[in-house]
Amino acid sequence: MKAQMNIRSLVNRDNNILQLLVMTVLIFAVMTALSPDKFLRYYNFESITYIFPELGLLSIAMMIAMLTGGIDLSVVGVANLSGILAGVLFHKMAGAAGIADTGILTVLLGGVIALGTGLVAGTVNGLLITRLGITPILATLGTGQVFTGLAIVLTGGPAIVGFPTAWAFLGNGKILGLATPFVLFAVIAVLIAFVLSRTALGINLMLIGTNPKAALFAGLKRERMVLYSYMLTGVLASVAGIILSGRTNAAKSDYGTSYLLQAVLIAVLGGTNPAGGRGTVLGITIAVAALMLLSSGFQILRFSNHLIDFIWGAFLLLVIAINAYKNRTR
Amino acid sequence: MALLRRSETVIAGILLLAMVLIGTINPAFWQLDNLFSLMRSNVIIGIMAMGVLLVLISGGIDVSFPAFAVAAMYLTIKGMLALEYNGVVLPLLAATIMGLAFGAVNGFFVYKFRMIPLIVTLGTSAMVRGFLLGVVGTSMININKMPTALINFGRTDVVSVTKADGTTYGLTAMVLIYLGLALAMHLVLRHTMIGRSAYALGGDPEAARRAGFDLRKTIFFIYCVAGALAGFAGLLHSGMIWLANPRDFVGLELDVIAAVVLGGASIFGGRGSVLGTMLGVFMLVMVKNSLIIMRVDTTWQLVVVGLIVIAATALSAWRDRRRAA
Repeated sequence: MKAQMNIRSLVNRDNNILQLLVMTVLIFAVMTALSPDKFLRYYNFESITYIFPELGLLSIAMMIAMLTGGIDLSVVGVANLSGILAGVLFHKMAGAAGIADTGILTVLLGGVIALGTGLVAGTVNGLLITRLGITPILATLGTGQVFTGLAIVLTGGPAIVGFPTAWAFLGNGKILGLATPFVLFAVIAVLIAFVLSRTALGINLMLIGTNPKAALFAGLKRERMVLYSYMLTGVLASVAGIILSGRTNAAKSDYGTSYLLQAVLIAVLGGTNPAGGRGTVLGITIAVAALMLLSSGFQILRFSNHLIDFIWGAFLLLVIAINAYKNRTR
Repeated sequence: MALLRRSETVIAGILLLAMVLIGTINPAFWQLDNLFSLMRSNVIIGIMAMGVLLVLISGGIDVSFPAFAVAAMYLTIKGMLALEYNGVVLPLLAATIMGLAFGAVNGFFVYKFRMIPLIVTLGTSAMVRGFLLGVVGTSMININKMPTALINFGRTDVVSVTKADGTTYGLTAMVLIYLGLALAMHLVLRHTMIGRSAYALGGDPEAARRAGFDLRKTIFFIYCVAGALAGFAGLLHSGMIWLANPRDFVGLELDVIAAVVLGGASIFGGRGSVLGTMLGVFMLVMVKNSLIIMRVDTTWQLVVVGLIVIAATALSAWRDRRRAA
């Protein structure tokens, strides 16, 4: 009884969530009808739990940047640079035993470097936006290019292949029968949801996004809060980079370039207002799941990756149109 | 004094300084064939930059024009091959109209749904590229299959010089097309109502609406022109390099946006000039070109362009802040 109440209050609070759930079920039903034997296999869903965390984290990062009316176009660059810097470290430190058996301390150091990359990158973005007053689009477009460029300079172009076993566990392993990246995503998602809804930082960000001028007059430390939000965005992007490099056992400067569009799409689809002030982790999570079902369905139907890109783009425009239509009738 | 304060003067000064610096490091820079090839590299980026300038002035942003350019180029050449048509004017017109139609989609979404232009153009860009590569094809059309009229048009020179060793080089006539389009854009921006309304929209949309500007017409005009210029430049590009590659122009949006911002256009909208943009384009092309002359590893190119974007936008933000204060 109580659970029912909770669900009802949840749905009432944000009817966007309900629509997302309906959409997810619809996608599921259509894909099942189109190819029941392949789509419904356990393996299909298991592989989704491995692939979706990196995109989910990038989408949450994008959502956080959008909360204050900004955007972060450098997330994919940050993710790749983080993975590559860690990879460079492992290759430098690898002893006679080979990279796979790198000691746990080195792996931890690699993790610190990767997360540190995200933190520094996010700080740079945040300072450019708050201190120098560059618009978020152009600031992150520029830094994204610099991060990708540094990744190319470090690798010279080709991928860095071979990561320690312990590192690969983060992308490939299992905890209690569940994919490690999935568990990581769940923990981080809950943490971010808590930060956004229950801490001063989260509330401040929502208020700043809703009405920057009012927030300023209310004495909110706008610059500092926006800076923190981009730092958080950077760190989330680097976690995505760690998972990506662990899963594929490689890091390259141009991995996941289509993730940028998808992260923007998921953030918008998940109920985030790109003009600021609105966005939930739950919405993002359902949106990622829905789009992952969609894309795995299309892959089973043997659509090419280019066609799937086309569908992502069309979906984004469709969502914009639907959102605009909804807001007009309200 | 007023002349000194204009941002075009500042940009021109920096440009001259950079040229002297690069010329000192490597005197090969001042050789006529290098200068000619520099000007040639200006054409395509420059034509696209005219469209992006218009979008930035209106306070928007466009990242879809490289996709439109490649789609218009590839579809037109595919069509020419299918119809066995060999010409210049009609294909260029077709590519321009195709770009215009794509641009109209951007305009529709930006105006009708009041959506942030970046997100709209990300979407249309993915759709157009995905459609081109997923449905139309992924194979390059090489010189042996390219329509000969386009190639001959693309290799026309204004002046040609014969070197001592018998090889000839020249300044491509495409530069004239670029200059013509730039002049047209200048006249539109400075002397027509629609040009002024783009500035008004970028300055303050609400004020522009109350002043009686037709925002629908303005927004459609802006995105259609940006698309049309991209389509035109796309086909011209393939005529100049004798090749139609459906994966071309990836990442070009950053170069062009960098050039326009470098040319003094405000990142907040409402400011920007054709002359400044042309200087910005020249500066960007020169820096990228000189990295090769100065034997800097090409892997550094992205870093340099990224840093230029950051520096130029930071300067623009600083200048506009001060002006507002």
